[in-house]
Amino acid sequence: MKTVNQKAWFFVLPVLVLVAFNALIPIMTVVNYSVQETFGDNLFFWQGLDWFQQILQSDRFHAALGRQFLFTGLILAIEIPLGIIIALSMPRKGFWVPVCLVTMALPMLIPWNVVGSMWNIFTLPDIGLLGYFLNHTLGIPYDMTQNPVAAWITVIVMDVWHWTSLVVLLCYAGLVSIPDAYYQAAKIDGASNWSVFRYIQLPKMKTVLTIAVLLRFMDSFNIYTEPFTLTGGGPGNSTTLLSIDLVKIALGQFDLGPAAAMSLIYFAITLLVSWVFYTLMTKNDNT
Amino acid sequence: MTIQLNAVTKQVGAVTHIKPTTLTLKAGHFNVLLGETGAGKTSLIKLMAGLDPAASGTITFDGQDVTRLSPQKRNISLVHQFFVNYPHMTVFDNIASPLKIAGMAKSEIAGRVEEAAKLLQLTPMLHRRPQELSGGQQQRTALARAIAKESRAVFLDEPLANLDYKLREELRDQLPDILAGRGAVVVYATSEPEEALLLGGTTALMHDGAVAQFGPTAEIYRNPQNLTAARVFSDPPINVSQIEKRGTTAHLGAITWQLTGDAATLSDGTYTVAIHPNNILPYRSDTATVPLRGQVQVTELTGSESSAHFDVGGINWVSLAQGVHPYEIGEMHQFFMDPSRCRYFAADGALVA
Amino acid sequence: MARITLQNLRHSYLPNPSGPDDYALKEIDHVWEDGGAYALLGPSGCGKSTLLNIISGLLVPSEGKILFDDRDMTALPPDKRNIAQVFQFPVIYDTMSVYDNLAFPLRNRGRDEKIVRERVTAIAEMLEVTSMLDTRAANLSPDNKQKISMGRGLVRNDVNVVMFDEPLTVIDPHLKWKLRSKLKELHQRVNATMIYVTHDQTEALTFADQVVVMDLGVIVQIGTPVELFERPAHTFVGHFIGSPGMNILPCEVRDGGAFFRGQPVTLEGPITKIGTRAEIGVRPEFVSLADSGIEAVVRKASDIGRHNVVEVMVGDTRIAAVTEGDRPAKGDTVHLQFRPDQTRLYADGWLATEARG
Repeated sequence: MKTVNQKAWFFVLPVLVLVAFNALIPIMTVVNYSVQETFGDNLFFWQGLDWFQQILQSDRFHAALGRQFLFTGLILAIEIPLGIIIALSMPRKGFWVPVCLVTMALPMLIPWNVVGSMWNIFTLPDIGLLGYFLNHTLGIPYDMTQNPVAAWITVIVMDVWHWTSLVVLLCYAGLVSIPDAYYQAAKIDGASNWSVFRYIQLPKMKTVLTIAVLLRFMDSFNIYTEPFTLTGGGPGNSTTLLSIDLVKIALGQFDLGPAAAMSLIYFAITLLVSWVFYTLMTKNDNT
Repeated sequence: MTIQLNAVTKQVGAVTHIKPTTLTLKAGHFNVLLGETGAGKTSLIKLMAGLDPAASGTITFDGQDVTRLSPQKRNISLVHQFFVNYPHMTVFDNIASPLKIAGMAKSEIAGRVEEAAKLLQLTPMLHRRPQELSGGQQQRTALARAIAKESRAVFLDEPLANLDYKLREELRDQLPDILAGRGAVVVYATSEPEEALLLGGTTALMHDGAVAQFGPTAEIYRNPQNLTAARVFSDPPINVSQIEKRGTTAHLGAITWQLTGDAATLSDGTYTVAIHPNNILPYRSDTATVPLRGQVQVTELTGSESSAHFDVGGINWVSLAQGVHPYEIGEMHQFFMDPSRCRYFAADGALVA
Repeated sequence: MARITLQNLRHSYLPNPSGPDDYALKEIDHVWEDGGAYALLGPSGCGKSTLLNIISGLLVPSEGKILFDDRDMTALPPDKRNIAQVFQFPVIYDTMSVYDNLAFPLRNRGRDEKIVRERVTAIAEMLEVTSMLDTRAANLSPDNKQKISMGRGLVRNDVNVVMFDEPLTVIDPHLKWKLRSKLKELHQRVNATMIYVTHDQTEALTFADQVVVMDLGVIVQIGTPVELFERPAHTFVGHFIGSPGMNILPCEVRDGGAFFRGQPVTLEGPITKIGTRAEIGVRPEFVSLADSGIEAVVRKASDIGRHNVVEVMVGDTRIAAVTEGDRPAKGDTVHLQFRPDQTRLYADGWLATEARG
């Protein structure tokens, strides 16, 4: 006898196949590379966990990882509060709602490499609008190709410009779902604006904020295209984030084994931190 | 059309939602499922509609086993407590949607939709969208869709719960007329005893995932077979107390009354007595003769009736009388009970007299 | 605590209202006495929520004034009016404990923590939620959440009025009566002015000493539950209160008497008004089946356990009767008697007979 439950597997099967092609097979390839040494001509030698050991002990990896955490930390510290503030100040009803929403969404529609090139040109000291203005009008010495601090600031500002909108839109969705009765009750209870934020808006935004933090963490932790097109990892190695370093090793030096080991470590760290974030932010839900 | 449940159960993980239930539901009158929230009304409807699988047992429609059939293949309609309509479609298209899916000819669809719309007084609204309608009209649209489909069974899961009081009264009055004689089995879930009584037909009293009693509605209201059924089918709550039977006299603390009929022939001992609030009146009548003097605790006025909860020597009683009787909370009031309406139950909760 | 006066209040949601139909509230003049238990009863769209929002200050009326004692409040925002309101859906500060929820309105006003503790403990006691004070409010059942919302409304002892906006909507039917009676008890204990807005007659009649019935933006009758049931001032009240509602029968008035389909009907007393439309109003409870009287055909006779509801047709007029004992069968011919002292005449919808002293 056929049962409804058994049939359900047919519907799940395409997804399983897709996930296998999409995730499992590429990952297995990487795993395969990470435990072997290759010299081209399809010659492979078993290396065991040597590459992993080498990567985990290398100063270069430590430095890149440090830069990566610094970058992601700064991004989250700026974008999340900024996104909340912008979402709070957006109108809830009327003509300006669609205008604000579309304006907000615009930066996210631009392809990532275009964003990098745009900011690159924008900040050039001699011809870039911003670069020229800072150097020649305000007299502030600014050149991100020479000065690591300037490079960092530019990379951060670019990311904030590109991705704060995502946080804004998510928070805004959370805010508009709060029934009017809550605001009315708070008014009648004599709550201050801060109390309204702390006890009504923030708790109601929690779910979307969790998603926003997770998305922004994963995206910024794996970021490659924009900073690479902007600074190429320089000056020196000052903006060489993990992903940029990884590509240098894999394609620049063609060290496939170490690169594979490094990407697996990278992957594990991303997974671990995401899990920690998620657990921390949903911890209080059921107590 | 007849729906037959044979020892059907529903299990979610380790939790039993429906205990083995055997029930025959027939067309031609309303089949009411009455019980508190969580009693299993919705679970039972979902089983019959095919939305949830039965853990064991069988469900048949006119003898045909449908236990493993999907809802689409059972040809049923379901109307929810919340008004479920397609927001982007007109009322006409909403009512027509199941017919279109079934591939019916356009001319026939128009005829069916117009007939259903007329029954539910929706004809002037056929070209509006649901959000332009009042709550009552939205629920009428959902009902019209169920009717136009001419399905074998119509399941109504507290369809009036979200409507204004007077609208509810009006629609409840019309529903039996609209749905009667269409040949479909009509199953109506409600948590309000009053609604079951007004709809008539047969009622299954549900408690804790099981049917406590099933039968003609007014009949089982007056003659509960067990204490659970008596409790489920009473609002305000039925009066329940322990009595001591000695000879032909019932003793409830200092209150006594003469037992007649079957009750008089019981062996002496302790029994549980249950009596509906409407058999305890704030005045003496021909039949309400046993005086109960108590302090009024809580009163309620439902418009046409008044109820009072009062305390006699630590036991709480409820009276329900026609008309508006303004009681003062805290006052001592004389009530009278009709002993002929008392029902007696043994320690296991089964009716004995 | 204050007496609340509504003076010539009108409100329209349109920017430029032209006719009376554009007004959600048409001309309201009413005084809510200090300490009273009021209900505002009417169907959806009758203007009761608009009126409530005007009193609480969430809405500024298009015309007219609202006074608390003698102070004009019309333009003041809600937090300046010193009022409390309980909403249809429980409003709970999810992240706070029950105690902090109850303390919130007091702490916002900078009350001493000792007074806060006193008030919160007292209110929790009254609402029977003392055992939940330390739990997080988010984890409560809907009826307990609504109790906490009510508690926040009642915790301040200086409010001018506590308003309830259909507070029992989300409560399980079997728990409703407990909260209904709880509210009644609370009113007697805290003695604040309370206004309870609802479309449910049971809630209104149970809670209030005075019920204000509204329809189409107008107050139709203000009275005690007994008055509303026994002598509805308008056919709308007769129909809206009671289930089934009052029978409203079109009739003819001549020679100082009323005639229904040519037959004279004895009224409670002399006719005081004559309008363009005359109707007889008699509740189903006061219609009986007898050997003689108005001839009617039974349309439906339902046994509803406690009594029968018999629906009969006299021509195309439907009349309901509540009877005891044996039921007639569908299609039977029966005769109706109306109890004279409960049979009234309505002219253009308004009561037009006087009870005989």
